[in-house]
Amino acid sequence: MLTKRKSGQAGRTRLQTLMGAVSSVPLDRRTFLRRSGLAVGGMAAVGAFHLGTIKKAEAISPPQPGVPIELRKSICTHCAVGCTVTAEVQNGVWTGQEPSWDSPINRGSHCAKGASVRELVHSDRRLKYPMKLVSGQWERISWDDAINGIGDKLREIREKSGPDSVYWMGSAKFSNEGTYLFRKLAAFWGTNNQDHQARICHSTTVSGVANTWGYGAMTNSFNDIRNAKTMIIMGGNPAEAHPISLQHLLEGKELNHANFIVIDPRFTRTAAHATDYVRIRSGTDIAVLWGMLWHIFENGWEDKEFIAQRVYGMDEIRKEMAKYPPEEVERISGVPGEQLKRVAEMFATQKPATLIWCMGQTQHTVGTANVRASCILCLATGNVGKPGTGANIFRGHDNVQGATDIGLDVTTLPFYYGLTEGAWNHWARVWEVEYDYLLSRFDSKEIMEAPGIPLTRWFDAVSLPKEQIAQRDNLRAMFVQGHASNSITRIPESVKGLAKLDLLVIADPHPTTWASLAVQGGRKDNTFLLPVCTQFETSGSRVASNRSIQWGEQIVKPSFEQKDDYQVIYRLAQKLGLAERMFKNIAVEGDRPVPEDVLREMNRGSWSTGYCGQSPERLKAHMKNQRKFDLVTLRAPKDDPEVGGDYYGLPWPCWGKPELRHPGTANLYNTGLHVMDGGSPFRARFGVERNGQTLLAEGSYTEGSELTDGYPEFTMAVLKKLGWDKDLTAEELGVIQKIGSDIDKVSWSTDLSGGIQRVVLSHGCHPYGNGKARAVAWNLPDPIPVHREPIYTPRVDLVEKYPTLPDAIQFRLPNIGFSVQKAAVDKGVAKAFPLILTSGRLVEYEGGGEETRSNRWLAELQQEMFVEINPADAAERGISDGAWVWVTGAESNSKAKVRALVTQRVGKGVTFMPFHFGGWFQGEDLRQNYPQGTDPIVLGESANSITTYGYDPVTNMQEPKVTLCQVMAA
Amino acid sequence: MARMKFLCDADRCIECNACVTACKNEHDVPWGINRRRVVTINDGKPGERSVSMACMHCTDAPCAAVCPVDCFYTTADAVVLHSKDLCIGCGYCFYACPFGAPQYPRVGNFGSRGKMDKCTFCAGGPEQDSTEVEYAKYGANRLAEGKLPLCAEMCSTKSLLAGDGEIIAAIYKERVIQRGYGSGAWGWQTAYRETITV
Repeated sequence: MLTKRKSGQAGRTRLQTLMGAVSSVPLDRRTFLRRSGLAVGGMAAVGAFHLGTIKKAEAISPPQPGVPIELRKSICTHCAVGCTVTAEVQNGVWTGQEPSWDSPINRGSHCAKGASVRELVHSDRRLKYPMKLVSGQWERISWDDAINGIGDKLREIREKSGPDSVYWMGSAKFSNEGTYLFRKLAAFWGTNNQDHQARICHSTTVSGVANTWGYGAMTNSFNDIRNAKTMIIMGGNPAEAHPISLQHLLEGKELNHANFIVIDPRFTRTAAHATDYVRIRSGTDIAVLWGMLWHIFENGWEDKEFIAQRVYGMDEIRKEMAKYPPEEVERISGVPGEQLKRVAEMFATQKPATLIWCMGQTQHTVGTANVRASCILCLATGNVGKPGTGANIFRGHDNVQGATDIGLDVTTLPFYYGLTEGAWNHWARVWEVEYDYLLSRFDSKEIMEAPGIPLTRWFDAVSLPKEQIAQRDNLRAMFVQGHASNSITRIPESVKGLAKLDLLVIADPHPTTWASLAVQGGRKDNTFLLPVCTQFETSGSRVASNRSIQWGEQIVKPSFEQKDDYQVIYRLAQKLGLAERMFKNIAVEGDRPVPEDVLREMNRGSWSTGYCGQSPERLKAHMKNQRKFDLVTLRAPKDDPEVGGDYYGLPWPCWGKPELRHPGTANLYNTGLHVMDGGSPFRARFGVERNGQTLLAEGSYTEGSELTDGYPEFTMAVLKKLGWDKDLTAEELGVIQKIGSDIDKVSWSTDLSGGIQRVVLSHGCHPYGNGKARAVAWNLPDPIPVHREPIYTPRVDLVEKYPTLPDAIQFRLPNIGFSVQKAAVDKGVAKAFPLILTSGRLVEYEGGGEETRSNRWLAELQQEMFVEINPADAAERGISDGAWVWVTGAESNSKAKVRALVTQRVGKGVTFMPFHFGGWFQGEDLRQNYPQGTDPIVLGESANSITTYGYDPVTNMQEPKVTLCQVMAA
Repeated sequence: MARMKFLCDADRCIECNACVTACKNEHDVPWGINRRRVVTINDGKPGERSVSMACMHCTDAPCAAVCPVDCFYTTADAVVLHSKDLCIGCGYCFYACPFGAPQYPRVGNFGSRGKMDKCTFCAGGPEQDSTEVEYAKYGANRLAEGKLPLCAEMCSTKSLLAGDGEIIAAIYKERVIQRGYGSGAWGWQTAYRETITV
């Protein structure tokens, strides 16, 4: 029977019209890119990917009716929001995924990536066995042969060129325990050439924020943003990069009628939900921030009491603002003064206000300075250290915060102790090895205390003449465990570096672009692939962006010969003769170090950062009791027997020994709470006085503190002065006496007994002191941030007034940014390459993308690499939507063949490329370079094959957010 | 009995596609078949809005009205389901559907359509509940287990709501009152011949 719709509705609805149009007219980037994958069936697309004959794919692991279901919990591996994943396991097989309602962070929700993680453990595109290149062909080998082959070659290189010729590239995808073991392995191997993804995502945040107020991390939490009345998202696109954070942001926006301001060169999917959108020129963040601050000072909107009590050097900032009047800011950034005034007024007066950023601020040659300027804006308006405020820095990888804290970083031992002799001594005590043994592993004491080579520069360290590198020899071997190659800029240069290496080891769930580019570079031998478990196939703790630490269970065992990170590190340590010392206090079951034991060792050494209270038992109790934690405060009721009074995940710092039951710190620098309720002042990290002005807080202190003014960090000397040393137990005193000859110098961060922290907390004080935040950071190249043009800028007229910093030797290598910028201006590069190229994330993919592009459910949603280009620029070049184009770059004759996505999302003169693609190089498909069956479903050109030179002077962060390019029809 | 409905709050949808992959995950939907998808209008421009769409389980479903083999039926919860044993893959329902919900696997090299596939509101099909045969043809049957569709349960921003029409309408109303604005209940007039008045 035919039901007639009522007359007048015979025409198609608006939505139906849109749906029907899909096959002919491009609508948005997805419908345009996967037209064939929509209503018409899309199996043609499958054919195009050589998946074989057309038939219904086998179900990956259907539920088994009647078989008991075991629920297991882990944490999503695709960003740092920290969503709990609940798995249904039947007979050891992951057969279903259920919403994790109890988690206060995601409350059942996921994004496209989180909702598809079950595929990862079933993927037939994983690396299944160890492999090796033999005369240019991939061959399966055994684990023993792989470890022996790698170990022998490493020893040979060490003999000839020293330990610094081996690079240990670790991962933000390690658990804390994996990170710690990898860091420890590098220390025992004898090099500081060890690093991970934080270098290329938030290294500048860490340096900028820590240099301002103490610690380099997100100050509040995703949940706390629900309290904000004004949110500025500047240089971030959380709708795609951190989708679950938007749950908290959008609900906060609705409940508080909050201002939701997006400042970005690109009209992002986040901007689509903004109350105000400000388009800026890429790379002008400092000018924009100062433009806002100019209005704030001009109108007296600053928080005078907060500045007087808790900030050092704001007067100098005020003076500097004279250089950034609205006209000048508009000349630099393109933002009209009135618009910035409106935004500045909201941020300063409609409080609490929070400033949220991501890689749009950090990935620049001025990354550290950008971040500092952002912090100063928060300080000037008193928007830090209270609920709803703060510098909310959304980190990218599931454990990038943890891996940063644990010192998988060229500049420090675990937990920011640095590389000084004192730091090495501290860790020698924790590890119970002789300092002299560690020293003997290095080329010299000098190199032991010198920061290593950042991973952004690894290929420079391979290719530059030996005399330009401040270590014994060039890099000759790369051991890469869990890091993409295509997320590092200047790919044409890295391909040359790959060809020159004597040894390349890739330990990863997938072969990654390291493998495909290595073959492309001409490698034939001495290249190993080690299959590694995902976090769902092992157990351990990871740190979310808000510093909460969550314990993930093993959901299933790996399907093939994959080993987890702990096993790989242990087997290698064994081969290198380091295992006995490294695992002295860590139980090893078979070849697997027990992660709980690893965490306990970390607890015993991490006093500086407050990872000392989070025992495996406490973390597991939190996972079990997730539903008890409040949605906004993240706190459990005080009377709960297991987790009473704790903040969810014991966000660090969580002081003292676990028995002390410090609740963790949900919001940093909140003086409104007692220290035992998670209150804290700014860290007194930079001394007590500078140029006659105090660096200690004035009249500001945490709730219930016995000291009612600023105070320095606590040492035994300070304790004695206050007479509090009497509170130490004999046992604690015994431990303290063993630490070094001068007992007075033993501090809250080196006291292995935890006694100093315990006593200080019992007096309501804070172990790290009560200092002022620094508006002026005198130890940085720009103590007060100043606008500096990008190395490759379209505004050559501004370079003379705002040049990049002079060339210098940094991290053992020359940084010749100034020369490159000057040469670019002199040669007129901006004329040949007139378009700004910036890069960013897509919601479906993560990082280098090989894992997510191998996931059939995600790959289907983004099938081709593209470049976004403004309609005006496209029209000038005769480029139509969906057409093939060549994007050419300013260095190394770089070029990439991609689809054009013509859209107003980018302004005129700007192009955007997502950075997750790989497996193509200069128009060539490299699918045949992967070991058979391990190629990701979707391949494409990498954005970083076009990106160019440029390194932040403080961290050697790369510059993938602004360079120049040209686009032409292919 | 409850009257099951979907509602997508377009002011919350961020086009993260969790609903799409959750559906794929739960039912192991093959490549090329999309029981749910997210449509974005004004892409990249001010006024950009996204809405997650699937079978809306219409009142007086037009697909059922045009089906020549009468393979559709409506459950007591008002979920519109169909029998793949009866379906002949004619494609009439695709033309009738105002939401573009019906999907057809391509089974030959000359464009011939296989059995129609669409969102089941996670309620399986005419086979016995929660059996292997039901899963193979229609996917999981969450309703039989007392659960709601996974797409809505996993929605990143709680934009997509699924459940008893009156309850989800109440949730949406509360949001609109709180916010002071709303984009309306997308597709409701077409699917259910009613709208949510605030």
